[in-house]
Amino acid sequence: MKFESAYVVNRNQREVSPKHFESAYVVLPIDNIDTDQIIPARFLKTTSKAGLGDQLFNDWRYDASGAPKPDFVLNQPDAVKAHVLVAGDNFGCGSSREHAPWALTQFGFRAVVSTSFADIFKQNALKNGLLPIVVPADLHAALIATPGAIVEIDLEKQTITLADGRSAEFPIDPFSKHCLLEGVDELGYILSQSAAIESYEQRRGI
Amino acid sequence: MKPRTIIEKIWDDHVVAEREGAPALLYVDLHLVHEVTSPQAFDGLRKRGLKVHRPDRTIATTDHSTPTTPRGLPIVDKIAAAQVETLEKNCRDFGIQCYGLSSDRQGIVHIIGPELGLTQPGMTLVCGDSHTATHGALGALAFGIGTSEVEHVLASQCLLQRPSKTFAVHVDGALKPGVTAKDIILALIAKIGIGGGTGHIIEYRGSAIRALSMEERMTVCNMSIEGGARAGLVAPDDKTFEYVAGRPFAPKDFDAAVAKWRTLPSDEGAVYDREVSIDAHALEPMITFGTNPGMGIPITAAVPDPSNVSDALERETLSKALRYMQLPAGKPLVGHPVDVVFIGSCTNSRISDLRAAAGVLKGRKVNPKVRVMVVPGSQQVKAQAQAEGLDKIFREAGADWRESGCSMCIAMNGDQLQPGEYSVSTSNRNFEGRQGKGGRTFLASPLTAAATAVTGVITDVRTLL
Repeated sequence: MKFESAYVVNRNQREVSPKHFESAYVVLPIDNIDTDQIIPARFLKTTSKAGLGDQLFNDWRYDASGAPKPDFVLNQPDAVKAHVLVAGDNFGCGSSREHAPWALTQFGFRAVVSTSFADIFKQNALKNGLLPIVVPADLHAALIATPGAIVEIDLEKQTITLADGRSAEFPIDPFSKHCLLEGVDELGYILSQSAAIESYEQRRGI
Repeated sequence: MKPRTIIEKIWDDHVVAEREGAPALLYVDLHLVHEVTSPQAFDGLRKRGLKVHRPDRTIATTDHSTPTTPRGLPIVDKIAAAQVETLEKNCRDFGIQCYGLSSDRQGIVHIIGPELGLTQPGMTLVCGDSHTATHGALGALAFGIGTSEVEHVLASQCLLQRPSKTFAVHVDGALKPGVTAKDIILALIAKIGIGGGTGHIIEYRGSAIRALSMEERMTVCNMSIEGGARAGLVAPDDKTFEYVAGRPFAPKDFDAAVAKWRTLPSDEGAVYDREVSIDAHALEPMITFGTNPGMGIPITAAVPDPSNVSDALERETLSKALRYMQLPAGKPLVGHPVDVVFIGSCTNSRISDLRAAAGVLKGRKVNPKVRVMVVPGSQQVKAQAQAEGLDKIFREAGADWRESGCSMCIAMNGDQLQPGEYSVSTSNRNFEGRQGKGGRTFLASPLTAAATAVTGVITDVRTLL
């Protein structure tokens, strides 16, 4: 597969690219985790991207006084070492807020593993270096059964490998993969086609 | 030529370029912008020294974090005030028309698009908001995007997109009295589940959809995302053309536009990736009992019992929802007390929604234990409602008649539930804390909401008709 090589590459603006890494993971075995849980709407009044990691899963994570709830998985001591979140089916349903992947990446996550993702969340995640990894139900069940274990994620090979050696290939849009691996800036890629955009507008007389 | 669906026709008309292996570059006819999902996108433009490519195809309003208290009062929440000011400044700096709080065209972004005639059949339309599918009611391909994509569209008027699968939802038969467009969409989502439409764009078809008014079609399309579909639309017909005619941004050469719009409906024999049918005549008023919009039941039905669910994760998800809602399984919701009734949101705040609610409240009083908020979708809706005396009906019944905005649908503006409170809401989401931290939401139609306002407990509106 070949892509135009003339588009702008802007590596400096990218988050850490999750190309190949090993990490502990945390599990939130709940289906349909919506964006209002990932980052409640009242934190969307900000005009910047910064500081959202502290509010990630705010209403599950803190009690009414603002103190961390000790039984919530992100408040457990090992959570800070986990760069992978394993969650139930249809993760990220609800709103289009990109604040959801911003909060997840600021907390330190580089991948979310589920059996499916909501469409807009998946797009937003890929634009922020957060891998939405879909795995088969049996592998998903195995991950949930062994929280705290290590997984290896290889974007180039599109594989996720468990500590016991079980492995699965995960699907990813080839263009998104290319952008993540090569640090391609999507807006730069779009703007490299300005001539086509202008000729389209002329053709329609708009 | 292969028969095409309306979805494929609009798609084909907007492909600017296609390169092997890459998503298509899709042209966006109209970009709607609001204060919450745009500031970081404008920052991105500034960092790169870019201009907005087509300010003439970009329209902004403030709706999400704006108060619904009388206009002219300052925005008390300083962070919200800064966000609203940021949008207004960005619009000034980049040459974009903004219908802000002082404008008589202000309103929820998905209300004002159709209302002003900005939304038209055959268009591609995007907004940094998942309820953008509302505009599909006019036969437009309309979907929500994230802030990175908002920046892309501001800079280029284009999006990188892969085509979605097509999903035909056939709704046939006549609705019974007391059953509305909201009940059609809640029934569909209950049937397919909140992830049921993922990867698809829905075309709503069938005699029941054709029979709906334009505003009712907007209610149906609005909640496509609650079924997981990124967009939903209805093929345009004479009702659509009559709706657009005469609106401020309607095409100047209207006859030529209509001639083109008549070519949009799906061809005979067009094939969909998926199809589902709903018998409209069999529907009852719907209400949700849980913490996602797929957890809906007919108002006379019992709340499902987790012990009847075989899948462990599904069972735990349902149990968790009932624990949050503090509801017993196996009993109907009718008679359950509520604290708040909210009539508003991009789902149900148009003039026909307010007329329906006022029809129930006329000559009645709201239960003194219930706080009832009626929030018109736009300043134009508000003016029309006042011209018809609906505001008087609401006020005399004891409801609060407010200024336009998203209000308690998303609870960013101070309009919110207190922890533990129950609401019946005409909005679109019942996620945990959606209407305020610890709040509990039952989604329903304006008729059900108004009936509940009168009695103070969840009520089957058919008992009041």
